[in-house]
This record gives sequence, C-alpha cells and structure tokens, in this order.
Amino acid sequence: MTKLKVANAPHIGTKDNVRVIMIDVLIGLIPAVVVATIVFGIKALFLSILGAIAGEILDALIVGTLAKDKKQLWNGSGAVTGLLLALNVGLGTPWWVLVIGIIFALAVAKHPFGGLGQNIFNPALSGRAFLLVSFPMYMTGKVYLKPDAVTSATPLTFLADHGHNISKLIEAWGGRGKLYLDLFLGNVGGTLGETSTLALLIGFTYLVIRKRIKIMIPVSYISTTFLFALIGWLIKPSLGDPLFHILSGGLMLGALFMATDMVTSPMTPLGQMIFGIGAGSLTYIIRIFGSYPEGVSFSILIMNGLVPLIDLYAKPRIFGEVNE
Amino acid sequence: MVLGTFKGGIHPPVKKELAKDKPIERLEIPDTVYVYMVNHAGAPAKVVVEKDQEVKTGQVIGEPGGFISAFVHSPVTGRVMDIKKMYHPIAGRPVDTVVIQKTAEDDWELLEGHGDYQNMDKKQLLDLIKRAGIVGMGGAMFPTHVKLNPPPEKKIDILIINGAECEPYLTIDYRTMLERAEDLLKGIKIMEKILDVEKVYVGVEDNKPGAIKHLREVFSSENVQIVPLRTKYPQGSEKHLIYAITGRKVPRGGLPMDVGVVVQNVGTVVAIKEAVVDGKPLVERGLTVTGEAVENPGNFIVRIGTPAKFVLDHVGLKDNVERVLFGGPMMGIALRDINIPVMKGTSGITALPAEITRTAVEMPCIRCASCVSVCPMGLQPYLLVKLVQKKRHDDAAKIGLMDCIECGSCAYSCPSKIDHVRYIKLGKTVYKALRGAKK
Repeated sequence: MTKLKVANAPHIGTKDNVRVIMIDVLIGLIPAVVVATIVFGIKALFLSILGAIAGEILDALIVGTLAKDKKQLWNGSGAVTGLLLALNVGLGTPWWVLVIGIIFALAVAKHPFGGLGQNIFNPALSGRAFLLVSFPMYMTGKVYLKPDAVTSATPLTFLADHGHNISKLIEAWGGRGKLYLDLFLGNVGGTLGETSTLALLIGFTYLVIRKRIKIMIPVSYISTTFLFALIGWLIKPSLGDPLFHILSGGLMLGALFMATDMVTSPMTPLGQMIFGIGAGSLTYIIRIFGSYPEGVSFSILIMNGLVPLIDLYAKPRIFGEVNE
Repeated sequence: MVLGTFKGGIHPPVKKELAKDKPIERLEIPDTVYVYMVNHAGAPAKVVVEKDQEVKTGQVIGEPGGFISAFVHSPVTGRVMDIKKMYHPIAGRPVDTVVIQKTAEDDWELLEGHGDYQNMDKKQLLDLIKRAGIVGMGGAMFPTHVKLNPPPEKKIDILIINGAECEPYLTIDYRTMLERAEDLLKGIKIMEKILDVEKVYVGVEDNKPGAIKHLREVFSSENVQIVPLRTKYPQGSEKHLIYAITGRKVPRGGLPMDVGVVVQNVGTVVAIKEAVVDGKPLVERGLTVTGEAVENPGNFIVRIGTPAKFVLDHVGLKDNVERVLFGGPMMGIALRDINIPVMKGTSGITALPAEITRTAVEMPCIRCASCVSVCPMGLQPYLLVKLVQKKRHDDAAKIGLMDCIECGSCAYSCPSKIDHVRYIKLGKTVYKALRGAKK
C-alpha cells in the first residue's frame, strides 16, 4: 500500500494553466502577424518572431537572475509582451529599437512591480509609450513607404495633419468604399499589427471561444468610441464617422488585445465595463483634441492606473445581500 | 422549459457513469468497527458504555453532549473492546472512539415507540428522530431533530428534498431515489407532519432523468413536486437549491429557515423513515465507492464505523491510487490513513490516481477573474486569499469571508492553481478565534 496523499479539496481542477493561456494569446495574434507579413513584407514577420523570442528570453533572464520565485520561468507571458510590442511598432523600426522597448516593458513596467500578475500597467503598452517618446519617427507608421501606397501616413495621422477633415482623406484615398475596405482588410499604413480589423477579429474570436477574454472590455470600449464618434460626427461631419473611427488606428488591436490583458484590467463585469467606457471615450478625446493623432495606448494606460480603484467599487453582489 | 439554477458555478466532469448503474448492495459487516463520538456537527457525544460491555445492534453507546449534538448507537452486536482517542479527519484531531468487536449476528435493539407514524404527533416523531441519532447525511452531519424543530417564530412553509447530487462521481442519492422511492415518500410524509408545510419539492439535476421519471411515477398522486434542475456544480448547495426552486434567497449569515424552508438530503429522509417506522437507529448508510483507482465501483450499504480499508478491499483498490477521499472530488476530505472509519456523513469513498487529481504548484494570480465569475456566492475569492495572506481578517470578513460555502469552484477553475479554499478555511478559523478573543 503506497502512502496516501493528503491535499485540500477540491481534488480535481481545470487543465488550464498560465502557460496554456499565454500560448492561446499568441495563437490569437497569428492572423495579425500573417496580414502584417502580407501587407508589409517579410520584415514584419521577422520583427514579430524577434519580439516574441526576445520577450520570453529577457523575461526568463530577469526571473532566473533576480526573482525569488523561479516557478514563473518560461510561462509565456514574456513572449506575449514581446509580440504585442512588435505589433505596435512601425515597419521602419530597427530590430534593436524593438529590443530596447521590450527591455523597458519587462525591466521597468513589469518586474519591479513583482513580476507576473503584479504589474499595474500593461508592459507592452508601457514599452510602446517609452518608444513613442524616445523614437517617435518609428512609432506612428509615418515612415511606412509602400511603393504603391496612396499616402505615406496612416489615415489618422493624415487626418490630424489636415485639420481633421475626413473628406480630404477620402478624396486622397480614392473613395469612401475603398478606404473602409482597406481599413477592414488592413491594406493601410500603421503599426504592424493594428491595420487589419479582419485579422484581429479572427484571432479575437479564437480567444473568445477559448474563454480567455474579459468580453465586457472590448464590447464597452468599441461601443463607447463608436458613440463618441457618432456624437462628434453629428456635430461636425468632417471629424469622421463612427465606422471610420473604430476601424482605423490601433483601436481594434487595443480594444481586443491590449485592454483585455488579464493582469491590468478589472475583475468584475461591471468594472470591465467602466474600464472600457473610460478607455473608449479617452481614445476619441485624444484623437480629436490631443496633440497625438492616436490615443489608444494612452487611454488604456490611464485606465490601467485606475484599475485598483475600479475594483474597489465595482464589486460583485454577494448572494443574499440585502438592499440598503 | 427553463430549468432552475443560480449564477456562477462550474461544470466539472461528472463521472457518474462509473457507479450509476450499480444497484445498492449490502456490504458484509466487518469484525471490528470504530465509532467516533463525533459523528455529527456540534458537541461531541458522551460515551455511555464501558470496556468489555456487551452491546446489541442499535444500542446507545453515546449520548448528546449538548443541544446541538446527537445520539450514537452500536452498529454491531458484540463487545466493546476499547474506548480510545482516534484521529478524526473532519475535526482534525483525535476524538473519543468506541471500538466494538462483532461477536454475533445482528440482535437489534429497536427504538421504543416506533411504528405507524400517522398516529403520532410532532413531539413523538421528533423524539424518535432524536433518539435515532439522525444527522444530515449529505455531509454536513447537522442533527436532524434540531433542523426539523425551528424556533416558533420561524414559520416553515416549504420542504425541499435535496436529490441534486451535484458532487461529481457520487451516485448514492441517485440509486436511493431509484430503489427506495417508497421509503422516501414515507419519510417525506413524516416530515410533513412535523413541519406542517404547504409544499414539498424534490430537486434533482437534469442529468438524472431516470430518477426524475421514477419519482414522478411513484409520487404521482402526492402533493410532491419533482423539480429538474440544471446540471451545474454546486447545485446541491442548500442556498442555491432553495434559490433555484423557490426564488428565495437566504440572507447573508442566515439559515434556510429564515426564508421559511427546510432542506433534507435524500439519504436523511430514508433514515427518518427507517427510524420512525422500523425503529432502526442510524447505524448504517448508503454510500458510493468509486473513482478511477477502484476496480469495481458500486453503491453499498455500510455500517457506521466500518474502516475505509474494509470497504476498499471489497471493491479492489488499484495500485495507482494517489489519494482516498471521504466524499467526492470537489468537497471530499483526503484521508491520511486508510483505516479511518465511515461516518454518518460519508456519502462516498472516492479513490483517485495522480493523473486525475489537481496538481497544486501555485503560480502568481494573473487576474483572469475566473474565480470571481464562477463563485456562486458572488464573492471575490482572489481578494479573500490576498487578505488572508496579509492577515487582514476583518477586511476579509467585510467582503464575505464567512459567506464562503467552500464549494471549491474557484480553486477548480484557477489556472494559477491557487488553493483558495485552503486560505479561506484558514482565514475563517483565525477570524473566529480573533473575534472570540475580542469579546
């Protein structure tokens, strides 16, 4: 008779673990990588793979040398951060700039807070914000020069440069229908991963099926930006219609993959809704009133900082709690 | 049809197929039984027999040690060999245990005054149930005569029979509903006389259509409604069962009687019938012996005090066994010693190999929020764990530490393998001790 193991109930559990979740997120980003490679060429693939590998190795280096808790080694979260950051840079970005961004993401935004699960701000977005102020020329996609491209700028930078007059953009692009189709498929300028709504939605659907997404965040995020853009459009049509605003820039990448980062988002559906509404409205406000053409990253980072507060107030209702 | 249910919960593999088609068999009586004086919630019973005393089956060997306590009877006819302290897996400490060697076939000492319940009044019925030592057989082991006798200001209008059996692997309630529906009905009638309720429901998860159909046939002419419930763990939790069937919510910190409901487990109802009609005290119970580490899973009637090893030897324990549980895999207690005896609340013995069980290499919380979304009590298990770890028990209590029903849904679904239930149980113990010290 072998010795019996004494352990606490429950004695069975889900087969899920942290690594499986991280691998799922990586799988969810594959469509975006594929479209980036088609639209921007092989360098996009190179930067994506480099980001994922460098992220995981750097994460392991930090955990292996500095962290007390070695169980975190090779959990996949470093790869997710690295790939997300790669998808957030423009094609002209040199490989070493990407690596600097990843180092910042992991060594400043993630591990000083306690590592996996402890960081307040989304590491990939922190890395992006760092690169945006350090290497602005690589970050907005302005250096994107595809030989047959209508414009070297992204639709949003074009809009910001032209006094927020969307009719000029439509004119330059060759028609409203073509603009929207290109935005949906990803045939526009921008950072590597943000351009194709279609690819992002495919990957996102996979994550929803695998139950890896706090679904309330993208729903409230996208609808809020849509609603704000609708109001803006009704007041001043040249600001761009709501559909344009949710299809362009980093909104889909941000709402579907960055704002939904488990670690840096609220725990209850109500909190997630507040988070999404905050990020969605800030995105539009920064786009229209801010000095940057795009506001997704900063909106999410601002809301990341508010998560502890949101969690404090957006509590679930305890069974049997009496109304007071 | 919309099935009754509740918010949250999980869908673990049910694994009922291992034992659900095995009719209940009567297991032979072991030569020696070990009967705890803690076979119920509340105060331990006081031993009233002496070493070397001859006892009959059903003879009282322990008397209640307080208001919430229960009688304990000899499960065999034989001689008291020893009265000693033995480790108790729920109490977590050694408790008084009467060791009885079987010397003869059963010579029953039946309960005085048993018989036709229709001619008895409430007081007589409650007295019989009390003297029979009946406790909640779903696992909580709360003395039934106390539960059936709420204070007069609590008007009870609904009786619910808990046949949900949401715990994976276990099938004894299902078999009991199939094989002993008539006894179940008599037990219900006895309780109707005691409680004077307006309505009786039997809640059964819809993955047991056989039981639902059979009970509907047997109970067709009665004022008893069989309610199919959505198969979801923990559907059999008292509060969630009440909510699913009646829409009433037991208030925080309250009891079912606060919303006019009494809930009894299927096994308890049959025990009530056996006590009142047949005069048999609670000295045996049905249980499921199951799990992937068992050769021939099945459902058995076993005497209280039978060592788990005796039961497992009968069904055959495989070499790959990693842990043996009293109860099912969600809420069961892992035995550290296979000789620990069956109690009145032991609804099953589940033996699991390592490939089935949860491996608990704890990773940091990644705030996936699955614990929050599955918690049937609307708690924030991740936060309770953090607060208990930081010894902030008062803050934990404010956000529902004491509301936790320890169903384990959070720990089951946690990708970081955090043992929420362990921390919460610990936190409850410390919080109670601290609160007691303050007073």
